[in-house]
Amino acid sequence: MALARTLSVALVGVAGHLIEVEADIAQGLPATIVVGLPDTALREARDRIRAAIVNSGQAWPQSKITIGLSPASLPKRGSGFDLAIAIAILAAADVLPLTSPAGIMFLAELGLDGSLRPVPGVLPAVVAAAAGGVQTVVVAPGNAAEAELVPSVRVITAASLAEVAIWLRGGPPPLPPDPPDDPPDQQDSVLAPAARHRDLAEVLGQSEARKAAEICAAGGHNLSLLGPPGAGKTMLAERLPTILPRLDPVAALEVTSIHSVAGSLRPGAGLLTEPPFCAPHHTASKAAIVGGGSGIIRPGAASLAHRGVLFLDEAPEFQRDVLDALRQPLEAGEVVIARSAMCARFPARFTLVLAANPCPCAKASSGGAGCGCSPAARRRYLGRLSGPLLDRVDVKVQLQPVSRHEMLYDRKFTETSAVVAQRVAAARERMARRLAGTSWRLNAEIPGAELRRSFPPEQAAMRPLDRAMELGQVSARGADKIVRVAWSVADLAGKPRPGPAEVEVAIGLWLGVSR
Amino acid sequence: MRAKDVLGRDGEQAAVNYLEGCGYRILDRNWRCADGEIDIVAVDRHTLVVCEVKTRSGTRYGTPLEAVGRVKRSRLRRLAVYWLNAHGIRFEQIRVDVVGLLYEGTGGFTIEHVRGVG
Repeated sequence: MALARTLSVALVGVAGHLIEVEADIAQGLPATIVVGLPDTALREARDRIRAAIVNSGQAWPQSKITIGLSPASLPKRGSGFDLAIAIAILAAADVLPLTSPAGIMFLAELGLDGSLRPVPGVLPAVVAAAAGGVQTVVVAPGNAAEAELVPSVRVITAASLAEVAIWLRGGPPPLPPDPPDDPPDQQDSVLAPAARHRDLAEVLGQSEARKAAEICAAGGHNLSLLGPPGAGKTMLAERLPTILPRLDPVAALEVTSIHSVAGSLRPGAGLLTEPPFCAPHHTASKAAIVGGGSGIIRPGAASLAHRGVLFLDEAPEFQRDVLDALRQPLEAGEVVIARSAMCARFPARFTLVLAANPCPCAKASSGGAGCGCSPAARRRYLGRLSGPLLDRVDVKVQLQPVSRHEMLYDRKFTETSAVVAQRVAAARERMARRLAGTSWRLNAEIPGAELRRSFPPEQAAMRPLDRAMELGQVSARGADKIVRVAWSVADLAGKPRPGPAEVEVAIGLWLGVSR
Repeated sequence: MRAKDVLGRDGEQAAVNYLEGCGYRILDRNWRCADGEIDIVAVDRHTLVVCEVKTRSGTRYGTPLEAVGRVKRSRLRRLAVYWLNAHGIRFEQIRVDVVGLLYEGTGGFTIEHVRGVG
């Protein structure tokens, strides 16, 4: 008959909040009450916990049990509080030493047999715990690798509630179990399977598009690919991650946290160091792309592609409001989802790649034969990509159908992903040196005013751009975009500043025609 | 008489003995009306106590105390008012208690008494 306290974490977006879990056992008819804005999964916890405690060979207290989760005003969701609640009850019932679980964070779902099960979002939760001064966390075996990514925290991995109880009574900590050997169901994952076997050299006959992809990889520019079916749009987009540099530690932690919250992380997997590639289907809803959902706020494809590539194949087929919802994350680099009780933030700084056919029947640019689309139909089709969205795409490439001869000929000139990735890495290094001391990392992120002030191209280089502006081909904002791409071209070429040639290339990529 | 009824009767007698031992004055036993039955009506100092007795021979189907749910508790409260009206008495305080008895096999019971449940 007492009060016991321990800790757990509630997640809002990818931000964790330390939650104090209290269990009070008092006189009264046997009943269990959970207070502190629990959702259904959490309210059901009392039935899971009761079975888990009884099946672990412990007695369920025959009294009135009140479970408090504070701060009480923050909505709490999911089954991750199970273990913390069970431990608090056992401590309050004098089965465990009363103060033994104080200051320790528990994060696992309980099976009815008392086994500990992994939960999503362990990495951001442990990060929040460490920030809150917690030194020891207890997680399920499936979450151990993820929790151990946080260096300043001691991670205890236990397979069952009984093992945790023995440890809290002063026994030895449970032995780390063997890593789980059954790969879990990956159907929910929106991520394409690992693209290790893919290579940029396989995209034959599209040297210009390959070069454009390289420039985008270097500077973080958004890319649109327009061309007939079979020209290699999808192939090229899928190979973009192979030429991107690996994620640096900070970015890797961000990316892994997002995927941890989304539940798309493989149990036992460590830090994600490869840039993610996310290709949602064109029927995807707005919530699937930017994040949201009823109840639990889940990161959308834009966040799952953070520091990687978001590929929208058949872009005009997407619902227009879905595409336009991407404008805000493209600008801000994060998604903010506001709800009545909370506001969730997900980072979403990705490279957007759009692919589209020139017309609904997709035969137009293969010589025009067989295409029955009227000019109006074509205009309407591409018109679904709104102007403001296309305005955020710096590099536009028209792919032409490839003949057999071109493919054979091009074979001599293709470079493997490894070679291109080296050039991209070198360009990024130059970029990093130049942008050292600023908050930007890529050319595409530099704001326009700063670009004009600190990073102007050579005087002579601006001449073709001035001419294009006079002709009305390029707006003032377009000019900024062109200068950013020109910087990426110069970085790839190892030039200290973009010259006329680089600006010419950038203008061509902006207008979507080769010059 | 069936075994469960014998157990129930023995349990109620044990509960009465226990309450009397605690200084309660028993006013009525097994009072029935159309709405249900009160096992024991007793007085604890100035409070009328309506007492539900629940006897079990084991915990396979849960403990005796668990078997008294919310519906039963609110019915007991209603029955307390009916009992007072039927007898024309007034009390300043009314309380609903539950006495849970677990049969120990040797003729004895383990008694748990929870005061003021509804």
